[in-house]
Formats: sequence, C-alpha cells, structure tokens
Amino acid sequence: MVERDIMEYDVVVVGAGPAGLAFAIRLKQQQADVNVCVLEKGSEVGANILSGCVLQPDALDELWPEWRDSPPAICVPARKDEFLLLTRSGRIRLPTPPQQNNHGNFIISLGSLCQRLAERAESLGVDVFPGFPAAAPLIEDDRVVGVRCGDMGVEKDGSPGPNYAPGVDIRAKLVVLAEGSRGSMAKQVINRFGLDAGREPQTYALGFKELWQLPEGRVQPGLIQHSLGWPLNSDTYGGSFLYHLDDDRVYVGYIVGLDYRHPGLQPFEAFQQFKHHPHVKRLLEGGEIISAGARTIVKGGIQSLPALEAPGVILVGDAAGTLNFAKIKGVHMAIRSGMLAADHFAANGTGEGFDAAWRASDSAKELHKVRNMAPGFKKGLWFGLANAAFETLTGGRSPWTLKHGKADWQKLERMAEAGEVPQALGPRELPPKDRLASVYFAATSHDENQPAHLKVHDTSICIERCTVEYGNPCERFCPAGVYEIVETDGEKRLQINAANCVHCKACDIKDPYAIITWTTPEGGSGPNYQNL
Amino acid sequence: MKVLVPIKRVIDFNVRVQLKRDNSGVQTDGVKMSVNPFDEIAVEEALRLREKGIATEVVAVSIGTADVQQQLRTALAMGADRAIQVDFNEETQPLHVARLLKAVVERESAELVILGKQAIDDDANQTGQMLAALLGWPQATFASAVGIEGGKATVTREVDAGLETLELDLPAVITTDLRLNEPRFVKMPDIMKAKKKPLDVVPAADLGVEAPPRLETLGFAAPEKRSGGRKVANVAELVEALKEKGLL
Repeated sequence: MVERDIMEYDVVVVGAGPAGLAFAIRLKQQQADVNVCVLEKGSEVGANILSGCVLQPDALDELWPEWRDSPPAICVPARKDEFLLLTRSGRIRLPTPPQQNNHGNFIISLGSLCQRLAERAESLGVDVFPGFPAAAPLIEDDRVVGVRCGDMGVEKDGSPGPNYAPGVDIRAKLVVLAEGSRGSMAKQVINRFGLDAGREPQTYALGFKELWQLPEGRVQPGLIQHSLGWPLNSDTYGGSFLYHLDDDRVYVGYIVGLDYRHPGLQPFEAFQQFKHHPHVKRLLEGGEIISAGARTIVKGGIQSLPALEAPGVILVGDAAGTLNFAKIKGVHMAIRSGMLAADHFAANGTGEGFDAAWRASDSAKELHKVRNMAPGFKKGLWFGLANAAFETLTGGRSPWTLKHGKADWQKLERMAEAGEVPQALGPRELPPKDRLASVYFAATSHDENQPAHLKVHDTSICIERCTVEYGNPCERFCPAGVYEIVETDGEKRLQINAANCVHCKACDIKDPYAIITWTTPEGGSGPNYQNL
Repeated sequence: MKVLVPIKRVIDFNVRVQLKRDNSGVQTDGVKMSVNPFDEIAVEEALRLREKGIATEVVAVSIGTADVQQQLRTALAMGADRAIQVDFNEETQPLHVARLLKAVVERESAELVILGKQAIDDDANQTGQMLAALLGWPQATFASAVGIEGGKATVTREVDAGLETLELDLPAVITTDLRLNEPRFVKMPDIMKAKKKPLDVVPAADLGVEAPPRLETLGFAAPEKRSGGRKVANVAELVEALKEKGLL
C-alpha cells in the first residue's frame, strides 16, 4: 500500500484554463475565507493551452474589470472581419455571419490570458499548482470526495523509480472539472455517473494553430479572416483562421470536424495545404514559425451537453461542452460557466442544483439559439451554409433540434467503401515539413522513462482488424505522429511515440474502435506553448 | 555545517530560445523561466547532505529582481531552509556575481558552497571558480560524486581521461555536473510549506560590492540555418559532391 499525502480543501478545481480560473477568482471574490486550489497538468499555467482565439470580453469584464491594465502578451483589438470561400486558386467573399462579427472583441493568446488570471487568482489567495495532473476521481459511497494526483517518477514498466513520489490525494467538498475539451477526468466522471444518458453524442473538431513572425509591413493588425472550402471538399467540415496581430505577427490555423467519414483523411495535411493557397502563401512566405500546436474543440452544443453535476462534482467550460461553435468561441462561455458555478457554490455550499442553474442561464439560451448550426454541416458544406443562414434569420426559433447522429469514432467508413480521399494534396514548401517538425515548435516534452500515457486496450485489433478495415487512421489523425505501425522481422505492430503527444485528445475521440484512452502523463509533461 | 546554494533564474530548457526582433537580446517575454538545471542538482546535493546529518542548514541565494523569488520558492519547496534574494536590477556578470556571493558567504558564515558548474543561458562556467578564488577556498568543479567526512570533502570529477578524485579541506566551493544526482520532485504539501519559509531580500548595494561590468556584449545572432542533406546513389556521386563543395 502506497502511503499518500492527503490535503484538504473546500474546493479543488481541475485545470487552470479560463473556466477553472474564473471559478476560483469569482469564489474568492464572494467568500474570501474559502479554501480553493487549482490543479494544472502543464509545466506552468498556459503551457498546455491553445485556442484561436478571438475573445468576446463581456464575461471577462464582469469577472475582472481591470484585465486591460495587465493584458495578455498578445492582445489586439479586432478591426475587420472577412469570411471567405476558397477554391484552388481563388477566393470568394461571403457575407460575414452575424455570429462572427467581432467588433469590440480582441485577438488574444489564451495561454497568456490564463497566466494573468492565475496571478489574479493567487493574489486572492487561491493555491495554483502547475505540474500536478489530477489522474482520477476519489469516489466513496457513490460520491466524488476529491481527486488523486498522478504519481511522479514511475519507471517505464510501472514500477516506482528512485525518485518516486506518489501523487497526493486532495479531498474537497466539491470537485470542479475544468479540463477543457475531452477532459480525462470528465470522461471518467461522465461514464461513472452516466451523465450523458439520453443526450446526443458529443462531437468534436481538431484545431491546428501556428504563430508566425513575418517580414515587415505585411499584416493588417486586427484583421480576422475565416475561410471554408479548399483544400477540403464540400463533404468534410473544415475551415481556416488567419488573425493579423501586431509586430508583424499572425496566427494561422485550421479546424477539421472530427466527424469526418474518410479514414484516409489527413487533417494536418489539410492545414498545411491551406497555407499554400496563393493568398495565404504570399503572406507567410519568408516568415518563420514561433510556436505551433493542436487541440480538439468540443462542438456538440446544447444537445450534447451532459448533466453538469454528479454528487460532489460539477463540470464547467469545455470539459462540459459549453463552447458556442456558431461563433467559434468558447472562452466567454467558459468564464461565464465558471462564474455561475462559483455563485452557485457560494450561495448553496454545494454543487447540487448547478445543472438546473446553468440551464436557466443566458448561456443556455445562447447555446439553444445556435443548436442547429453545427449539425447542419454533417450534410455537407452547401446544406450547412444554407441551414446556418436559415437558422440565423429565424434566430434559432425553428421547432426542431438537429441531431448529430453517431459519435465521431463511429462515423468512419471502411477504407474499401470510402472512395476518394476528400482533400487536395499538393506540393508544399512552407515549414514545417512534417508533423515531427511541427512538434518541435510545440516544445513538447515527456520524460522518456515513464509508462506511455496513451493506453491502447487491445493492440491486436490495430493489426488484425484496423489495418484491413480502416487502414490505421491513427497514423493520420494524430497531429504529432504519436501512432506508427512499424514492421519488425516481418511482423507489424503499433508503436506509440508518447513523448511527442501534444495533449489534443483526438485519438481518444476518433479511433474507430474506441480502444485508445488518453491518461495524464507525469506532471509537467506535454507541450510548452508560447503565446498560443 | 551551513551550506549555501546559489541558484540562477534561466529560460527553461524546453523553451525554443528566440532573439528579440531588433536582435538586442533574447526574447524573455511570456517565456517559461526555471531554476538553472545544474543549480537544481546543487540544491539536491545540499539537501542530501542535510539528510545525512552532515549539513545543518541549506540556504538558497539568487541575484536579481523580485522575479527570482519564484525560483527561490522552488528551492524552498524542494527542502531548502531559507532563501535570500540579493535585489539587483541590472545585467549580471560572473565576476560581479562572484563578489556578491562572497559577501553573502561571509554574512552567513557558510562553510560550503555548492553551485552549478554553469548556467544554461550564458554557459560562462566562471562563477564558481571566481568565487573560490575570491574567498581563497579550495574548489572542486564538475563534481559527479561528493562525500564529506572529518572536515574534508572528497569529490569525484569527470575529466577527459576518466574519473579524477580530489580531497579538499573545508570550507570549499563545489560545482555540480549533470550526473551528480537526479533532483527530487517537488511535493504539493512542500509547496505550501515553502510559502511560509523565510525569504530575505538584501539590496545588492548593502553588500558593499563594486564591480563595473567587465564584459561588453557586441551583438546577438541566431545560429545559421542548416540546409537539408541530400542522398547520393553511389560512391562516385559522393566523391563528386564532396569535390563540388571543395571538401576533397
């Protein structure tokens, strides 16, 4: 029996992102004497955070009216929106959907904003612990009573190494899960308590992002460009973002819906191909990448939202799935859900009733209004656009709610039946040359001597079934090249390059047999994003 | 025996170091900072000496602005008893650092100083040696094993020819190499304890050390980009390629 330290708090928050930190700050503002700690798996706050990110500042203004006095390292007021449909060599301006009008918003680095929020939280007396992942919930008598942090210094074979340090148990009246998209704790709690019973399956997208330093004079600070279309064909949901920053920098990124059907699709290549569209290449050529990474986005909306509470635990932000995909914005919703949860706990001393409180809030109304936008795209780009226009005109008052159908991992078609790969692939010159080169810009790091944190429950499926049926799509959807089918002595096997992982969670979502589980690696592992 | 461990705040080793746009220095805005890894090894070694009953107190010291308190707190969370921030707002150079540290050693009456062999930012590898010279103490650099008994230190060093073992009279200065130990993981309860441990701030001016800068930085430049390799089909082509480049 391992002897573990035990610490007690009133509330333990899992994840130092916008939802968790908003919760902690708001609670301390309401009740200065309450003990709150925030656990963060990354080596520091913001290290694992990657987001677009155009911030709608209303929620942040309410939480912390002085945030503009110490703004994030990247913070550029939005000036102009452009919504484009790309063809191979041209682009067509479309009317900007009203949800994507960014007047009054800010292009920011969310990682940097979270560092500021963490400093703010600490100044209010919150204990923020970077480098400490919450590995599993502590459950007693069907109630979550705390979390167990991951062990440090475990050897590859699972045995304790010379510096072994067992993870501490943190016991608390309330556990707040704020891990972001596809949180590994949230997944355990949702399954354990059946919180998704009777809901539509959750659905996700995979986002890529790079920060570029460009030659002088090319950017128009504050210009926000979104595109649909090329290099994906109209069956597959995906689009780009290009945010012009100050000091000759841009954020360039790409989002692919993980409900795609063709196992041969290469989301990373779609991003890289997009950068070679003449209008984009012209901008980037001669510049250099400062940092890069990838992260999944939760997009199921209100019909996929699980119950937000179980005894002793609540879910906030993207761990719950509060992102507004029609706006492609989640931060204001995450902050709001954290604040609402804090208000609820301050008033009632419990998380019970939080689900009802959230569903009665303006956030729920906001999500209800746009509930039919994202699922419209499952019928292709043209239907999706027409449907979105209709939903916008009617203000979401249509009497129906569109379904997502199956979960993302169930949507892949067999390789033999899938037909042509729905994406354009051509020569490319801009960096990074491949995914390994991209991982270098994520500065990701995992102690090689730890057990692989990506658990594949039955690797025989990979070779015996998946190779034949789906052609091992894990080799293609992973943005970091973690999964490789290698051949030694004439025998194929799955090799997991866990050290490359950037914690995006795509594998946990998309593998067609649902046999991959993303677990927390040793604390402080993962990407070290700068200003993403 | 009191052990003093000087530590330096440096850009974390995982960070891709980049120049400022005007090439006036290295970009540190929004960049993760850590304890210099060699200094972390020094803290660990001092803590092990204390756990063996050899050291009575471990004091961590760092020179810089209030920012270095973050790294001092890390040393305290690892287990150091106290910390001192020498408050100094300018560029630090090895000789000046050594002189400031000498003043701290004397104030604290420390009998052993353990510090990293070099910092991973400027790679100067001078401070430990200069400090030993200024104090008139024996020094053992690049230690890969340290033993202390009866007022003497036995230090194993990794040298080109193999291992060299030195015996030194205390007090002494020891600088650490990578293989000396593997620093412990910081535990969460110890982070909480560290918040309550004493951290004194001493203005550099109070230490009465004069040290005009001896080094002038002329410029910063990024390393030249490597051009990609290419494959050749046979030896003849290889020879041809080498000739082309004037290497044969």
